Amino acid sequence: MFDACPDDKTDASLSTPPYGAPQTGIWQRDGRVKADGSDIQDWAALVAAVRDRQDRAAFAALFRHFAPRVKGFLMKSGADAALAEECAQDAMATVWQKAHLFDPARASVSTWVFTIARNRRIDVLRRTRRPEPEELPWGPEPEPDQATVLEVRQETERLGQALARLPDKQRALIERAYWGEVSHSEIAAETGLPLGTIKSRIRLALDRLRQELK
Amino acid sequence: MTIRHHLSEELLMAYAAGELPEAFALVVATHVSLCDECRAQAEAYEALGGAVVEEIAAEMDDAALEACLARLDGMPQMAPARPAPRRRGVLPGPLADYVGGGVEAVKWRPVGKGVRQAILPTDRGATARLLYIPAGVAVPDHGHRGLEMTLVLQGAFADETGRFGPGDVEIADGDLEHVPVAEAGQDCICLAATDAPLRFKGIVPRMAQPFMRI
Repeated sequence: MFDACPDDKTDASLSTPPYGAPQTGIWQRDGRVKADGSDIQDWAALVAAVRDRQDRAAFAALFRHFAPRVKGFLMKSGADAALAEECAQDAMATVWQKAHLFDPARASVSTWVFTIARNRRIDVLRRTRRPEPEELPWGPEPEPDQATVLEVRQETERLGQALARLPDKQRALIERAYWGEVSHSEIAAETGLPLGTIKSRIRLALDRLRQELK
Repeated sequence: MTIRHHLSEELLMAYAAGELPEAFALVVATHVSLCDECRAQAEAYEALGGAVVEEIAAEMDDAALEACLARLDGMPQMAPARPAPRRRGVLPGPLADYVGGGVEAVKWRPVGKGVRQAILPTDRGATARLLYIPAGVAVPDHGHRGLEMTLVLQGAFADETGRFGPGDVEIADGDLEHVPVAEAGQDCICLAATDAPLRFKGIVPRMAQPFMRI
């Protein structure tokens, strides 16, 4: 199974121990643990390790967590198991190749991986193009603002918990919107989830950027 | 640019989920290029996509990680981002991408009363067209069976529901029968997308419809 924690030493490819240790440390100090008791992983640190050191152990940890989810997403969207598996591998290869484009102050790793998987689905399953918005010139910021990175992580955590707490019926409706089982006219956007804080943070960042560009 | 008419939550969520027909996605991507408010909301819905995908996992093949690691060997890292579409005059990046240049590159066809249109190449789920409406001219009275999105790029138009200036998007469902009139002063250029043929009320436009693909 691929749900093993990144600090699971049973895998030979994970002979280097740092994954898990430093970042879980932060969360333990904060006393933050996931509802199921497992430590929250600092996925963004693993993406940075892939980017800076071509770190295969970090990549393996990301793969174990995200590849099964990408595969699940594609199967829910109508792909058969073989195609979904192939797309999950493609998506993870993209994570490897584009690690330098990931900005932990803008989005969580799960959000980023979702967009990669979504675009793969549009290419392969829907066989169509996805028009993308103009990119804003975010500029080369070598070090993302750590307070914002932390904020993104906390938002992600809160959103996940809120989603888990929704009544089954409502959660199923939201999920079906992402699986593509309902048309755009049937999508109920009233989710009752804490998306407002995420939107506000992004909006503030965009405002700051526009100020700088003036 | 002060935008008063925004995209609906449903459309932003469907765009984030990757579930819109290409023509509607083009209108969304074009509006989002102009509107930070909707960009922030679309990114918040991408975060929700990430949270939804966290909840599912399909078992990967035992050899999947090894296979993926093997693929990374010949793979260049730091793959450059796909060049983001760039704005050309009044056409925001995603639209300029479809046109292959600025307004001067559009292959217009007359549809009567000085109104011109150009159908853009998208998948068959919906149709996207650029409309050129001379200042003061009315687009023939029409209703819709499905959804119509109209985004103003230059000039302005007004109809029974209000005034729409640059960056504004009108979302009309099957119930709206409207007569958009371009404001005096400047010719109006719009991007419109429909998922069902428009219904013109007069007999002549109705007969011309199959030929004009309106």
